[in-house]
Amino acid sequence: MNETIAPAVTVAPKPAAPASTAAPAPKAPRKAPALGRLLPIVGPIALFVIWDLVVRAGWIKAILLPPPEATLMAMFKGLAGGPLLLDFTVTVIRTLEAFVIAAVLGLPIGVLLGSNERAYRSVEFLIDFFRSTPSSALIPLFLLIFGVSDINKVAIAAFGAFLIVLFNSAYGVLNARKQRVMAAKVMGASRWRIFCDVLIWESLQASFVGLRSAVSMALVIVIVAEMFIGSENGLGHRIIDTQQVLNVREMYAAILSAGALGYALNVVFIVIEKRIVHWSGR
Amino acid sequence: MSVVISPKVDLPPETPFVPGPPGTHITIRGLTKYFAGWPLYENFDLDIPKHQIVSVFGPNGCGKSTLINMIAGLIPIDAGEILFDGKSLAQTKIGYVFQNYRDAMFPWLRTIDNIAYPLKLEGKSKAEIKRRVDELVASFDVKFDLMRYPYELSGGQQQTASIMRALAPGPEVLFLDEPFSALDFEMTLFIREKLQQVFLQTGTTMVLVSHDLEEAVYLADQILLLTKRPTAVADILHYQDPRPRTVETLSQPGFIAAKKLSMEIFQREVRKPARMQAPGSLTLS
Repeated sequence: MNETIAPAVTVAPKPAAPASTAAPAPKAPRKAPALGRLLPIVGPIALFVIWDLVVRAGWIKAILLPPPEATLMAMFKGLAGGPLLLDFTVTVIRTLEAFVIAAVLGLPIGVLLGSNERAYRSVEFLIDFFRSTPSSALIPLFLLIFGVSDINKVAIAAFGAFLIVLFNSAYGVLNARKQRVMAAKVMGASRWRIFCDVLIWESLQASFVGLRSAVSMALVIVIVAEMFIGSENGLGHRIIDTQQVLNVREMYAAILSAGALGYALNVVFIVIEKRIVHWSGR
Repeated sequence: MSVVISPKVDLPPETPFVPGPPGTHITIRGLTKYFAGWPLYENFDLDIPKHQIVSVFGPNGCGKSTLINMIAGLIPIDAGEILFDGKSLAQTKIGYVFQNYRDAMFPWLRTIDNIAYPLKLEGKSKAEIKRRVDELVASFDVKFDLMRYPYELSGGQQQTASIMRALAPGPEVLFLDEPFSALDFEMTLFIREKLQQVFLQTGTTMVLVSHDLEEAVYLADQILLLTKRPTAVADILHYQDPRPRTVETLSQPGFIAAKKLSMEIFQREVRKPARMQAPGSLTLS
């Protein structure tokens, strides 16, 4: 019994501690907003500091890890008209091509399948199966079909992205709130009007989740394809190329720019999504 | 007592159609609806009068909402016939107000476009739509901004807008499925008055499902009391206090008597042993 009480007693003084530090509290609210805005960059700065320390201390050989400022310089120089810019642009174009193909095919087919549950159930297994198959595993198959070409890289990325768009749009329609469909029906809307005026809109929220995942997927596959399907350009090609000649500075610059690209694409899609699906979450 | 119900739907023998008394708007004959093999409605007959408000009241799970959903064509029926002045549903303009306004309005359209939507479906011109919407705005004395999206409005404002949408095409019948139950008391009073006002102006036949007896009686010309399932008409009460009814109406003898009688019938029905038990616990709203 005594033992269980004892901790409680030792804990008791603790509340006093915050009380004594409560005095400077009034200052905190004034600083908080500025600090709050700075919070997101704390992580990146910490990473660069640790990176820098690790390089300076020589824990990792300089041949494997260049100093951060040199890497950043290489990236900015490369993107400001250097050879990195060409590879970057090529990758962006391939990703967007794949994405557009996936969206143009996937959205309407997904919405149509979703609005007919029996049709969706009959192809559900195929969609789920190929959605679960890593698209990179299909690269050899696509090589057989399209050969070593630029189309190949776009085609396989479009395939992976297409399934994601299709799946999400179909589910968006399947899970549409039935009451809005009923509301349209009771107002005398035809099936076609219900499809255009209600189902497509209902599916938008899920479709955008699909589009956003699809563009990330397209980027991943394009870069993998650029690495392993004979390629003369693109970020994937550049990463492999620089790695093989141990030009680690250029390699990290290419990796960082690939990351920046993926991040930027995601942000762009979130902004577009908020504009179009303005009712989301309300 | 010894009724044996086979889970199969036996088609009722062909009976000649019996029209309702003069002044009937909606004639329901031989309505049959099974849920999971058990009868919810079986050979159900009902006449809903024209230019009157009928409140539907009954025990939980007796299918009050199901009844108006079947009349409004939102739930298919297994057998029977429902006619509006002798016409089919497809030939009849109806309006429907859902309990859950949030899931009934289209959040991708501005409120004003939501209200105009049924008019657009009818293929009305822009000028006609504007004229009708202005008319509704005036008659509802709308004080909020219709250019906002529905989710930017309060619950009461959204339900007001969804009633306006239901009334926009000038329906012959307005169905209201517990239109107040998601609203606070103040908004309930407000919308109740608006409905009464619309009724006085237009005389639109209204069928109101309610779980609040006071509400049901207050607006009604007839209170339709239902039994437990398989649902039948327990009684139809006529409540004839003149309109407009006001807060004072609530304390008048006629109102109190109607409410008391409804309550007695309701309790009698609730206490009756179920005429049959459904397998498991089927819940119907």
